[in-house]
Amino acid sequence: MNARPLPAIAAPSAMDRTAKAARNRLLPEGRLAGPMPWVIAIMMFLTVLASAAGIGLAQGVKSLQAQLTGRLTIQLVEPNAARQASLAQHITRTLRSSPYVRSMQRVPEAELSAQLRPWLGEDMGAIDLPVPALIDVMLAPEAGEAGIKAVRAAIVRIAPQARIDADASFLAPVERLMRSLMWLAAILVLMMVLATGAVVVMAARGAHDANRETIGILHLLGSTDVQIARLFQRRMALDAMFGGALGFVLAIGALLLLGERMTDTGSELAGLMSLPPWGWAILPLVPMAGVLLAMAAARTTVRRSLERTL
Amino acid sequence: MSTIIQFENVGLRYGPGAETLSDIHFSLVAGGFYFLTGASGAGKTSLLKLLYLAQRPSRGVLRLFGEDVVMMPRQRLPGFRRRIGVVFQDFRLVGHLSAYDNIALPLRVAGMAEKEIFEPVSEMLEWVGLGDRAEARPETLSGGEQQRVAIARAVIGRPDILVADEPTGNVDPDMAQRLIGLFEALNRLGTTIVIATHDLPLISMVERAQMMRLDKGRLIDPTGSLRYPPTSSVTPPASYEMPTPI
Repeated sequence: MNARPLPAIAAPSAMDRTAKAARNRLLPEGRLAGPMPWVIAIMMFLTVLASAAGIGLAQGVKSLQAQLTGRLTIQLVEPNAARQASLAQHITRTLRSSPYVRSMQRVPEAELSAQLRPWLGEDMGAIDLPVPALIDVMLAPEAGEAGIKAVRAAIVRIAPQARIDADASFLAPVERLMRSLMWLAAILVLMMVLATGAVVVMAARGAHDANRETIGILHLLGSTDVQIARLFQRRMALDAMFGGALGFVLAIGALLLLGERMTDTGSELAGLMSLPPWGWAILPLVPMAGVLLAMAAARTTVRRSLERTL
Repeated sequence: MSTIIQFENVGLRYGPGAETLSDIHFSLVAGGFYFLTGASGAGKTSLLKLLYLAQRPSRGVLRLFGEDVVMMPRQRLPGFRRRIGVVFQDFRLVGHLSAYDNIALPLRVAGMAEKEIFEPVSEMLEWVGLGDRAEARPETLSGGEQQRVAIARAVIGRPDILVADEPTGNVDPDMAQRLIGLFEALNRLGTTIVIATHDLPLISMVERAQMMRLDKGRLIDPTGSLRYPPTSSVTPPASYEMPTPI
């Protein structure tokens, strides 16, 4: 055969690159033209948000438990302010010597007034309403039920009218709600994963059907199932990478905005639910896992379809 | 000469209807040059489909390269297909790939390095007269040009068996002669050639070729032995000259 360079073809080095690309272009391109990357972007946006909510809530539950376990609030209401102050002082003195108490703090009157102001108005001083004395008590870790009982008895001996609340009991419904929301977020993540998988399977089937002719040719030229599946896998991976990156960036933006808004509320509870550093480190793994899921789903789907042919 | 293709009482049925091919029984030796003839609908394309492993027989035994491919696990078939070059009647070029990339397909499928692909594909493009159409997509090529790309793709990997369905149906006599010359050159290198055609002058161009004739899904020679082409009854036109070796 006569060999002479072809004018329409690039020089060998450039050819290597274009041919390598051609090897991967055995299926027609048109990635961003289809809905697949955009659907994955939406899925990934929601999955990252749900994951962040789950992690935040889990962190919140953990912090709440740590803060509430072994905490008591003593509320002392005495019409005579001087007597109330004396009783409060007596109680703090007694508790300080108790082996069951790790620390305690009397809530400053100014803070109590600030909390009551929204309900009683600016001129609450004019109202002759006794403001209770509140003492936050942090029990020692080894206190247990016996310790709570002993502390309770000691307080009642000093001031029988004192109201003693274990924080864990009155905030238990909040904890249960947060725990439920955390599980809901986990279920949402699971559902998103399943939905993403289903979308990829449908897209892979669609692409397989649309390229049936090309696949038939490749098959008859000796392509293996693995070679053909790899083409689809690559395409799905590129779609998932684009969609995942877009969804992730949007979700992170939304989380930063929400975080700012939550900080603005000044709520202690909202503060508890902030994402820990390990949570931020985990979130980028979500789109990465999405890409792997898309590749695996595409590969499995196409190979199953091919196995039905000769 | 060893047997490379062996049919033993092969039948082929599409769906529940009558058999398209019945009791096909013959052997082809490695390095032979064979023509398959018969009227339209006689089953030529179906027989070729069995040869290039697009179908498995409904019954009987089909051996390629000495191995029974009827019961063979499908995972092993790609290895066999890579040893068989095919020129499809409808060309079956990949529409979004250039002529160059279509011809390079079998080499890429076989995992050849790109630097090893460029030269043979370029030479093949030149040889089929499409050197200046390397980047053209099939839709921009004429029927004859597409056919030449299809032939180039089939022979580029120097297959052990070349199966061609009406390979010269869309080209002028000069190009037909040139392509037959290419097939003969390939045959001289050891490739077994099986060509289905209606073109009797084409058959007469290859002196040592043997001919099989199909009629209504059966080989009409009941013994299954192959006959030399009836050259005495077919005179090649004056314009045909035996091709010079490539």
